[in-house]
Amino acid sequence: MRDFEYTAPSTLREAVKLLSEKGEAARVLAGGTDLIVQLRARRFQPERVVDVKNIPEVNELSVSPRKGLRIGAAVPCHRIYADEGVKEQFAGLTDASMIIGGIQIQGRASLGGNLCNASPSADSIPALIAYGAEAEVIGPDGKRKIAVEDFCTGPGSNALKPGEMLVAIRMPLPKNNSGGHYLRFIPRNEMDIAVVGAGAFVELGGRSKTRVFKSARIALAAVAPTPLLVAEAGASLEGQPVTEETIAAAAAIAQEAARPISDMRGPAEYRRHLVGVLTKRALIGAVKRANGEFVPNAVQSNGHPVYQLS
Amino acid sequence: MSKIHVQCTINGEPTEFLCEARQSLLEVLREELGFTGTKEGCNDGNCGACSVTVDGVLVDSCLILAAEVQDKTVGTVEGLASAEGLHPLQQKFLEHASLQCGICTPGFLVASKALLDANPNPSQHEIRHWLAGNLCRCTGYDKIVRAVLDAAGTAE
Amino acid sequence: MTDHGETTRKGGEIRNFGTQTYKVVGTRPIRHDGTDKVTGRAVYGGDIRLPGMLYGQILRSPHAHARIQRIDTSRAEALPGVHAVVTAADLPDTTGGRIDLGEGHADTKYMRDNILAGDKVLYRGHAVAGVAAVSLHVAEEALALIDVDYELLEPVIDVETAMKDSAPLLHEGLTTTELNEDTGRKSNIAMHIRHEMGDVQQAFAGAAHVAEAEIRTATVHQGYIEPQNGTASWSEDGQLTIWTSTQGSFTAQKQLATILDIPVSKVRVIPQEIGGGFGGKIPVYVEPVAALLSRKTAHPVKIIMTRADVFESTGPTPGSYVRVKMATDASGKLVASEAHIALEAGAFPGAEIGAAAMCVFSCYDIPHAVVDGYDVVVNKPKSAPYRAPGATQVTWPVEKVMDDLARQLGKDPVAFRLDNAAAEGTRRVDGIVYPRIGGRECLEVARDSDHYQSELSGPYRGRGMAIGYWFNIGLKSAVTASVNADGTVHLVEGSTDIGGTRTSVAMQFAETLGLDAADIYPSVGDTSAIGYTDVTGGSRVTYATGWAAYEAAEDVKRQMIERAAILWESSADQVEYSDGVFKTRDGSKSADFKQLAQKLEDTGGPVVGRATVHPDTGVGGSFAVNIVDVEVDPDTGKVDILRFTVIQDAGKAIHPSYVEGQMQGGSVQGIGWALNEEYAYTEEGRMANSTFLDYRMPTSLDLPMIETIIVEVPNPGHPYGVRGVGEASIAPPPAAVAAAVENATGTQLNVLPLRPDRIINAMEDSIPAAAG
Repeated sequence: MRDFEYTAPSTLREAVKLLSEKGEAARVLAGGTDLIVQLRARRFQPERVVDVKNIPEVNELSVSPRKGLRIGAAVPCHRIYADEGVKEQFAGLTDASMIIGGIQIQGRASLGGNLCNASPSADSIPALIAYGAEAEVIGPDGKRKIAVEDFCTGPGSNALKPGEMLVAIRMPLPKNNSGGHYLRFIPRNEMDIAVVGAGAFVELGGRSKTRVFKSARIALAAVAPTPLLVAEAGASLEGQPVTEETIAAAAAIAQEAARPISDMRGPAEYRRHLVGVLTKRALIGAVKRANGEFVPNAVQSNGHPVYQLS
Repeated sequence: MSKIHVQCTINGEPTEFLCEARQSLLEVLREELGFTGTKEGCNDGNCGACSVTVDGVLVDSCLILAAEVQDKTVGTVEGLASAEGLHPLQQKFLEHASLQCGICTPGFLVASKALLDANPNPSQHEIRHWLAGNLCRCTGYDKIVRAVLDAAGTAE
Repeated sequence: MTDHGETTRKGGEIRNFGTQTYKVVGTRPIRHDGTDKVTGRAVYGGDIRLPGMLYGQILRSPHAHARIQRIDTSRAEALPGVHAVVTAADLPDTTGGRIDLGEGHADTKYMRDNILAGDKVLYRGHAVAGVAAVSLHVAEEALALIDVDYELLEPVIDVETAMKDSAPLLHEGLTTTELNEDTGRKSNIAMHIRHEMGDVQQAFAGAAHVAEAEIRTATVHQGYIEPQNGTASWSEDGQLTIWTSTQGSFTAQKQLATILDIPVSKVRVIPQEIGGGFGGKIPVYVEPVAALLSRKTAHPVKIIMTRADVFESTGPTPGSYVRVKMATDASGKLVASEAHIALEAGAFPGAEIGAAAMCVFSCYDIPHAVVDGYDVVVNKPKSAPYRAPGATQVTWPVEKVMDDLARQLGKDPVAFRLDNAAAEGTRRVDGIVYPRIGGRECLEVARDSDHYQSELSGPYRGRGMAIGYWFNIGLKSAVTASVNADGTVHLVEGSTDIGGTRTSVAMQFAETLGLDAADIYPSVGDTSAIGYTDVTGGSRVTYATGWAAYEAAEDVKRQMIERAAILWESSADQVEYSDGVFKTRDGSKSADFKQLAQKLEDTGGPVVGRATVHPDTGVGGSFAVNIVDVEVDPDTGKVDILRFTVIQDAGKAIHPSYVEGQMQGGSVQGIGWALNEEYAYTEEGRMANSTFLDYRMPTSLDLPMIETIIVEVPNPGHPYGVRGVGEASIAPPPAAVAAAVENATGTQLNVLPLRPDRIINAMEDSIPAAAG
């Protein structure tokens, strides 16, 4: 790895200046769990690295009824899944932040970094998309917002312009009778990259015996050049009763939308098969949570969660 | 490029060092400061042999730049034992024969201590989940998990 | 993963079949080097730091198969901070010859070409040049400044393609040795061996039940956590000192002397603590390059491999293609078997085909058998031993066929194996006639175990069992023992300690002298401090070095008796020693070991015991049996190990905890081999998963507790009945896991690893399994 200039500004303004000066030759450092590996692999050879962790705004994690959830770009996973507000209102994010790497990685890696790294297989991005999250960006021209589903533009590339940086990710508080779930398939039980991931967020209506989907959002990992919002799969559920059949139909739409490739993590055909399995499971998990039922996360699950509608 | 001056606390001792921006905390601990108890197994965050704590949080020292620990406290395996003797985890690892080659042991001990600090009574599943970021190729993990359960007093 | 298993047990079950009980042997003392290893004090090869030390890095081929047309190192040499660059041109001319590595042989030309490529690179990761610089980072930057022109050649990366006449040839000079004779035929098949016994054709013709299997296994790696490392200091007087993590300091010395063409006496190897090896740290890789760089720079040079280097450039175990056919008579007695075994040697000849051929039918009594084995070069790194090398690849097809035959006969799989188990007097196809062995006892203990007797129910759950064997080796060991004035003993041995053998060796010494394990201070000597000792491999250390310790203790005992005689003005034949006490036969004088040790100054000075052994007869093979329960997710194909039991014959377990550790560790490596581990290659011959992230070794979360039952059928060829225990445990797990998955899913599986996508495909191709 080539040596570079290490800077650690304490304000957003300073950070934007440091980034703007170098353009493509500057990289933002938050948790570093992707960046440092990429520097070693010479995927990037920046002249300047801007460590943003001394900036208060990127370290804030807050949940409020009015503003919803705001996750500073550098907040590490371990703070997210330890947060009671997140656990209660955004269980699908807890699911995702708990399975990114192991405990050591989670001590450093941030959802902001996961998003900016723009890996098609990033675990947190489908969960963020399912919750309707927005990225809050600052740059030389001021602040702007980007929907998370539009943030990634290709494997490893994102919508940030030179000089811009991610400040936070925010999303509205879920309404009553809603729930989210993220899961992925890996051959081991931890420490793997998703072969396929699926996140779902649903809002239910109707009475307990005759539940209907008011809305649903479904997003996938590792089956396209970017994490994929399958809007049509979610739309297919609107107004439909909560049944194995409607869920299976949505999963079939997700399978159609997936554009997987074959690599050493899994053949394309198998990935497409998994999209169907995982989309169903993500939806069932989200429905159960919307109904107030317990769906375990990675720490709580000492066995296979039962993905069956009750 | 000129070197960076970093002040931090390592195992309770105020420490300062000079490093290049590209040097990881692992490299500085091992090559500059002589803390060779922290091991390098993969240098990309997938084996946990280089586990240390930074401000009490368990991390892989290969995936943190040395320059980032300015004003922070770092804990390594060398800080586990004291003048009073071995840490209970170290003692239990010995009693349960939890190490064979021993290269992963410092990482497992640092990680296990961080676990018990956060969760003094972990279940077997919680231990296995927490330690999934630490690879051991000799033991099959059985005797490591037993030692941690025993140290926590939560043998089922 | 539903339940990881009980946790209260401190140590596993031990089933004794005639071993003695002892005072020290069979207990579980804390290992002597333990404190250093839990405090971070222990010094491993990578921890070495010498004054003026430079850091080395190695440039490696990005191509799987290419001719090197030109190497220009001038830009690298001009980089500030770079002290030297070396290439194959800096190695002495290669000459013919072979050297013995203890576990395997090596051709000296091939050995040198593997250190730094000559005219061709034969695998991605093949070393091309070495750089020494003031820092790791400068050395790494210099690598990018070395210009190499390659003429790309077509690679061949699997054994079946490599064996075809049309395959691209790796070595223009390689001709097939067929049944010990050079055929002169140019081929990637380096060697074809055959073992034959009885009349196989006729036996098959008359058989009642026949079953066959055809399997393929992927290249897998030992996966030790410590990368290869080496530090060299070549002094102006021609003396080369090497600090390295090696399984054999004398084997490293021999390789270095051969590769560098200098006398062994000029090479001193100082073994450091070693972070795992499993066979992979017998060959040297970076040490000769560090030596060349040290000679060129007059500085010590340290080289540590990256993890990608470890995967791409050290020796994994061969991928394989194996066919097995076996037959029984109507009563269920095995009558005939045949095997075709083709192993990928990697870039240079020397897969462990001989071992595979020895092990393939080793568990059974079969009167008529034939085994054909092929050692085949492919464009992958040169394979190295990996725990029972060759045995795992052949155990799966044999056990698969045994399960098939048991089904045909309507017999329980363990009962069928017991009906046909090899025993004392059984002649193996390779000619060996067994002394007392414990295979039958292991099967009986398995049959009667709580695990095998337990019910397994639930959809997509299945149980499998398998037995595997490793023959173990003896070879040479040396031990010296200095008696201290306080009655303790400093023990120096030549075997590097990978998994607690300092203690298992010291315990045998302590037992022999009636001392406590804690009275012995064992250490590993360097090549200048102890007599020649072979590798820590072949499960030989507790056996052979333990035997040397026993002999050294006997030597100490003889000398101490002489000292007592001097002290008491008696004669040696009037002094006896038992239970740690010397006394005259008339009982008038007595002193315990410690008291007598205090008197050594007055009776002639220090007592140093010594022994060397070479016990090549008497080595006792070891059997391992697995019982495994799995659950398969029918939607994803993912396999969870619900319960796993390993039963293994240790002869006598010197330190049962470390015996269990070997059994558990080998089992889990076998589980990894079965389920997920593989070298995933691109069409160009590039390993696509050379990280721990994507190589997917089992983590703690992927496993239950590994239950152990130690079986003790004493080895008559050892003073304490020891058999080696390090290796047999890796042979049966893929077979047992695959059987369990087949039973859970109602499928047949023929390729390792049993990846989830393969299981889903197999389930789609077959009738869905009945629940339960």
